[in-house]
Amino acid sequence: MYRYDEFDHAFVKARVAQFRDQVERRLSGEITEEQFKPLRLMNGVYLQLHSYMLRIAIPYGTLAPRQLRMLAYIARTYDKGYGHFTTRQNLQFHWPALRDVPDILEHLASVEMHCIQTSGNCIRNVTADHFAGATADEVADPRPYAEILRQWSSLHPEFSYLPRKFKIAVTGAERDRAAIQVHDIGLHLKKNAQDKLGFAVYVGGGLGRTPMVARKMRDFLPEEDLLSYTTAILRVYNLHGRRDNKFKARIKILVHETGAQELTTQIEREFAALKDSDLKLPHADIQAIQNYFAPPALPPRPEGGGVLVRAADDGNSFARWLRHNLHTHRNPDYACVTISLKGIGDVPGDISADQMDAVADIAEAYAFGEIRVSHEQNLVLPHVARADLRAVHDRLHEIGLATPNAGLVTDIIACPGLDYCALANARSIPVAQEIANRFADEERQEEISMLKIKISGCINACGHHHVGHIGILGVEKKGAELYQITLGGSGDENAAIGEIIGRGFGPTEIADAVETIVGTYLSRRLDASETFLAAYQRLGPAPFKEALYGSHAKAA
Amino acid sequence: MKLLAANRLADGEAVWLGPDGQWVEDISAAEVARDADSADRLERIGHEAFLRNEVVDLELIEVEIVNGQVRPARLRERIRAAGPSIHPGLGKQARKSAFTLI
Ligand code: SF4
Repeated sequence: MYRYDEFDHAFVKARVAQFRDQVERRLSGEITEEQFKPLRLMNGVYLQLHSYMLRIAIPYGTLAPRQLRMLAYIARTYDKGYGHFTTRQNLQFHWPALRDVPDILEHLASVEMHCIQTSGNCIRNVTADHFAGATADEVADPRPYAEILRQWSSLHPEFSYLPRKFKIAVTGAERDRAAIQVHDIGLHLKKNAQDKLGFAVYVGGGLGRTPMVARKMRDFLPEEDLLSYTTAILRVYNLHGRRDNKFKARIKILVHETGAQELTTQIEREFAALKDSDLKLPHADIQAIQNYFAPPALPPRPEGGGVLVRAADDGNSFARWLRHNLHTHRNPDYACVTISLKGIGDVPGDISADQMDAVADIAEAYAFGEIRVSHEQNLVLPHVARADLRAVHDRLHEIGLATPNAGLVTDIIACPGLDYCALANARSIPVAQEIANRFADEERQEEISMLKIKISGCINACGHHHVGHIGILGVEKKGAELYQITLGGSGDENAAIGEIIGRGFGPTEIADAVETIVGTYLSRRLDASETFLAAYQRLGPAPFKEALYGSHAKAA
Repeated sequence: MKLLAANRLADGEAVWLGPDGQWVEDISAAEVARDADSADRLERIGHEAFLRNEVVDLELIEVEIVNGQVRPARLRERIRAAGPSIHPGLGKQARKSAFTLI
């Protein structure tokens, strides 16, 4: 994994010292709240309902055991013993005291972590496929390019005050697990006919108030042009993005208002001027970064096959876990393991300090010390020998993290919502918990098969509800919580924004409504191989509307 | 009826203005303003505390008294006083007085 060089160390250290001084000056009254607020936001410190919140960047979702142990230490020492993984592959602590934040940042810096650019109108943490560097279906590991983008975008003087925040996601596989088409820039690493690496470049995706799927601006951008092309996009955006209206300031609005073709012309013009500049990536530099991401040497472990064939027949929870929580590794003796942070009735994405320590131990014992965070609020052990799966499962089971539900109806994304977030209109987490409890039966979950429910507590859509197969958006109506349902959204390579199905449901009705939708799907699907999303695409909203509202209902 | 909510600067704790200009961590100990003049007075005291860098994010919130207990009108403020609703052992709801609010 990438290790900080001297520059990185010095940069993060200086930043901690700077923020320590800023906090001291704020606490002593030397600077006002108005002066301090932008400074604390630049260091990932938000103020929420109950307390401050600290958002820690986990670049491209890659974590080392020593880092996870440090997060556990911070959770115990400075917070309330747990952390919360978000859809941005970040970790949030929901209870730190401001006066402790400089110490927390210093601890983070000691394990090469920080909170820089986790807030503000800058280029945020670059996210990536959580199976990157391990999955059988990728052409190459996209993380070296994410790291190049991280280095280039850190404190980039030209792009520190953009019209609005800017999010980049990368994948190296055809199957998009990083939701790249709903990011400001989505990069799909691929090979052309000459076997050269490059990117399909998507621009202008995003969720929030005006959800949009990105437009493909380039089918193949050679890898050496990554920074020049990205710079060209950001220059055009920085110049023409709307600064007059916060709700129209994201690049998706610029794409929409200017037209994808015209904008592409502008970007290409800018790119032509930059193409042969210093931004062109020398192959030696790409190679140097790639070396940091060299996969671990995986010794042959052919004995795993037989063990698993026997286990898969015995119908217990280990067999279920094998069916759902594994992903195909490029080495047939190995598997990528999803550690579900969606225990039935648990808070999606929450993990206790003890669980963090235990996962770090398991990763060291069985997974070559590699851990990933997924945007679906789960953890991943990317390289586990199939022969060790029983042991890994049992160790996870001991700490309550062996729920066999990855990708199933109870693997729900939920933002923090009104339980924590100052911007929220409604709670998300209790809705997720209630739905999970309703569908707790493991056999029924398997019968329903893949179904992604995503919940946001306000239109900012941190819970990605627009791209949920079933999306739930919390709104406030007459002082009470109300939940609006969208159906048919998808965050994969066939990205689609879900359609609002009708009037919303109250907090005591929403789980019933989801039951009704799932029941309708089960009774109308062609056979067990037709997923919810496929059935919805075939049937359209009508049968679901009728089941929810009766035959005379009109959409709200 | 109103009371003045804020977060303490140094640790972010949700607090309300209590009698004698003290900031209290339990909403039931907050001072309730029953008319516009008292609400103005709360705001004035609050603003002074803000200038002294004790608290941030001041907001006058609407409350009612139900069964002798202060109850904020908005769910957001009830969760602030007694939440988060999902962690019964953490935050204010772990204290008995806030228990029945949400
Ligand atoms: S979607 Fe809204 S409520 Fe949920 S975390 Fe984001 S801003 Fe807060």
